[in-house]
Amino acid sequence: MQKFNAKVKVMLKKGILDVQGKTVENSLKTLGFDNIANIRIGKFITFDVEADTIEKAKEIANSAVDKLLYNPNIETYYLEIESIEGNI
Amino acid sequence: MKFGVVVFPGSNCDHDAYYALKHNLGYEVCFLWHKESIIPKDLDCIILPGGFSYGDYLRTGAIARFSPIMSEVINFSKKGGLVLGICNGFQILTEASLLPGALLKNNSLRFICKDVYLKVKNNNTPFTSLLELGQILRIPIAHFEGNYFADEDTIKQLEDNDQIVFQYCDKDGNVNEFSNPNGSLKSIAGITNKRKNVLGMMPHPERYCDPVLGGTDGTLIFKSIVDFILK
Repeated sequence: MQKFNAKVKVMLKKGILDVQGKTVENSLKTLGFDNIANIRIGKFITFDVEADTIEKAKEIANSAVDKLLYNPNIETYYLEIESIEGNI
Repeated sequence: MKFGVVVFPGSNCDHDAYYALKHNLGYEVCFLWHKESIIPKDLDCIILPGGFSYGDYLRTGAIARFSPIMSEVINFSKKGGLVLGICNGFQILTEASLLPGALLKNNSLRFICKDVYLKVKNNNTPFTSLLELGQILRIPIAHFEGNYFADEDTIKQLEDNDQIVFQYCDKDGNVNEFSNPNGSLKSIAGITNKRKNVLGMMPHPERYCDPVLGGTDGTLIFKSIVDFILK
């Protein structure tokens, strides 16, 4: 078995108004950051996965994200997976 | 006629619902602990109460949706049993896919706790059987994530199947952006599933069942349920 680390970024779908992002954007504008636009706020989740191969680890991680970590009605996600040094 | 009120860790309107049903209305009611994997056979209606189940971690309702009792709630609803999700209960029902769509953060980015007016859009459901079409109810809301969202196709299906049960309105019944407290699409305050045996609503009918608390319009929803079951 090998150990892998998964990094998941969950964002509101494009087209859904991100009121939190909008509020932060307005705040930055009042601080003088006139060149900043389209702020969107999401979640960043990491976890470790044990599996024989990176493909299997990715499959397990995707399944976990699909089952609980994101809501397909309103969110999209990006998953990255990498090996952690040393076998276990 | 028997109600069951599910208690999740973090539910905080479970006792309000229990009190309203038992003491204000005189119905039989029991609590259902979320770790139970069986429910009493004589239940007629299950209530998922308001609150902050699992601290609203990850997404509202996302973790509660996997509590052991939810398998039984889903089975119960598939058999036609009545399920009413109030506030956090509504959020749990969308996460469990018993209702379509999702509840986003309020467009004001504020927690809103106030009375709102609701317009009855469909009185042909077990939850609104004693109400008139277009009737206006005054019931409080108390939420941060009540901004109903669904994609265009889903909204069209909700409209085509008459699944929108309550809309936010003003005291005269006008539905517009000024009477919409949280940015919900179509001013949606409550919807049912296609079969009409599962209702999710953000307002809290259990809080307006006692005149001492400022209103009794909430009783009309619970009385409708009982009327429907006993008929």
